[in-house]
Amino acid sequence: MAPKRRKDDERANSLEHLLAAKEIAIVCGSGGVGKTTTAAAAGAMAAASLGGKVLVVTVDPARRLANALGLEGFGNKEKPVPADAFKQAGVQPRGELWAAMLDTKESWDALIHLHAPDEETARRILENPLYQNVSGRFVQSHDYIAMERLYEIHTSGDYDLIIVDTPPTRNAIDFLEAPERMADFFSSRFLRWLTAPARSRVINFASRPFYQIADRILGTQFLQDISEFFMLFQTMYDGFVERARAVDRLLHDRRSTFIVVSTLENVPVREAEFFIDALDDRNFHLGALVLNKVLPTYFLDDGATRVAQRLCADAPEVAHAVESLVANPQMTPQVLREVGESYLNFQVVAKREQEQRAELAKTPEVVATVPYFDSDIYDMGGLLDLGFQIWGRHD
Amino acid sequence: MPADLLDHKLLFVSGKGGVGKSTVAAALALLGSQRGKRTLACEIDAKGNLADFFEAGPTNYTPREVQPNLFAMSMDTEASLQEYLKLQMRLPAIARIGPLARAFEFVATAAPGVREILTVGKPVWEVREGNFDLVVVDAAATGHIVGQLAAPQAINDLVHVGLIRQQTSWLIDVLGNKETTGLVVVTTPEEMPVNETIELAARVEDETDVALSAIVVNRVLPELFGRQEEEVFEELRQPAAVAALDDATNGPVEPVMEGARLAVTMRRTRTGHIERLRTSVDPKIPLLYVPYLFMRAHGFRTTRQVADALSAELSY
Repeated sequence: MAPKRRKDDERANSLEHLLAAKEIAIVCGSGGVGKTTTAAAAGAMAAASLGGKVLVVTVDPARRLANALGLEGFGNKEKPVPADAFKQAGVQPRGELWAAMLDTKESWDALIHLHAPDEETARRILENPLYQNVSGRFVQSHDYIAMERLYEIHTSGDYDLIIVDTPPTRNAIDFLEAPERMADFFSSRFLRWLTAPARSRVINFASRPFYQIADRILGTQFLQDISEFFMLFQTMYDGFVERARAVDRLLHDRRSTFIVVSTLENVPVREAEFFIDALDDRNFHLGALVLNKVLPTYFLDDGATRVAQRLCADAPEVAHAVESLVANPQMTPQVLREVGESYLNFQVVAKREQEQRAELAKTPEVVATVPYFDSDIYDMGGLLDLGFQIWGRHD
Repeated sequence: MPADLLDHKLLFVSGKGGVGKSTVAAALALLGSQRGKRTLACEIDAKGNLADFFEAGPTNYTPREVQPNLFAMSMDTEASLQEYLKLQMRLPAIARIGPLARAFEFVATAAPGVREILTVGKPVWEVREGNFDLVVVDAAATGHIVGQLAAPQAINDLVHVGLIRQQTSWLIDVLGNKETTGLVVVTTPEEMPVNETIELAARVEDETDVALSAIVVNRVLPELFGRQEEEVFEELRQPAAVAALDDATNGPVEPVMEGARLAVTMRRTRTGHIERLRTSVDPKIPLLYVPYLFMRAHGFRTTRQVADALSAELSY
């Protein structure tokens, strides 16, 4: 049982410890739960208090986030966040914070140039209409390229910690499987079938019925485009498959960890549960769970509940107690009733959240809770406020 | 565009993840069926939980009656391909099995639009055949809906001849008919969902033939106080008043006051986002408000409450 005990000793008890021990943190969760902001806040905290060179890679082109980081905007190439942004928030960072936004098209093009055997092949791929579709619109291509870009940045050795904000996928685990799927895709027998006519003009017996039907449905031109596209892509087969496997190894490496972000609403919770299971099934390291926009615990106070009920039932009587303290006493009962009702309304939601939280919090090493912020985050100060909430020890 | 949203024959419902897109789709379908329309609720994202909103057990590709007049189905691209090849291409069964189906997976993976066209094609086909008075599609989230709705056009650009080309033209006709087809975008009055809705409204206009018919603003918090009431509330939050109220109620009044203050500020932040939404999209597009439901229940009870709220919004 020795390995087990060692693992227990290694358990992080805060996001701070977790990120101090890892080189890659992949932030995931369903859309709209504050994933990008959480990734940026964790990055800002890491740069401020852990030091070193920290990079946040986001897929979300939110201009407000760029502004919060003190940047005009940022693109595929990493940009340093100006120290002024921290200074304005009254913080002297120990390290540097960098940011990059994933540009799928640009990253794909770079990948083609990398893997294509020669410039001519690269040019023909880039001009193929199917390629333009695949790189621009193909949903899964975002997932793959995010992981690919992570690999590239990590192997450059430029950063001590890379925090990746993952694409909002329909099925949150898609991107975990993207490298493997990409390798499968290129090693398939059907791909060779499809490329057969363009290669040899001799269609073998087995694939002939397919071509006859496909030709009837899709037309010859489209079929040729497909064939050419796949044929060209096959020249890059070895490079792609090898790369996809390397990306997969990196995600499984002990230097990589996953941070699941969720709110306590029904749909995100269901997706987070699914995601936590999926990470476990695939032997990925689940480092932390961050729960966003959680209602304050004072909504669960027993004494306050009695007060709220009393305000709803006996507002006129309670109002007497403050008659001399308000300018408009005839309105007091109505206001007190509203206050009581509002509390009880929110309590229903807070109770539901409490149950959801208990369910979710069973597995991960670190569970951080972020209360409902009254307003949206507009600057580094706001990001760091959020960062402090998730950073410290949580028991 | 029809005066009443439910006078459309085909409604696509989209929205950022987590804003209640499926609930609103289910509620619109329920409302249609309550108004005597033979209605189909079609789930396109293969999450398979549309039936939860009707408490009706799992759905599959074959529409099943889950409430009087209300049918539900979920998309299965494989089944859709089989049906398509049989009905539209008149291919013999032998050609529809085995290698073709598997090879299709590849073409569909690599050539975007092929999968989308099968997904969108089914509900459009149900409308064209007149099988239902109203088809409500729980469609892709904001990130993918444009790709879905623009798929027939994208295929048209890629495929210049062949049978598929003929098929895409009637799809484009139905989708582009503003009397027949409409898109409903669901949002919550929060920053990111509103941003995405504004961006989506522009993209739908630029890149698709489908008309944006309505925006549903879900989870709108109630306005707690009028202006005068809020003045009273601020007086009641002063330490002396809180102490007096503590005495009168035997309890900690402060958390209750704090809760009301949070409700007021949340409502205020959210109102700002609603105003931003209203000024950023075409004034002709109605905003339909659905209140925040402070309840434990999910499932059919929620669907009914949202349907009631939408019904009230649509009646004036």
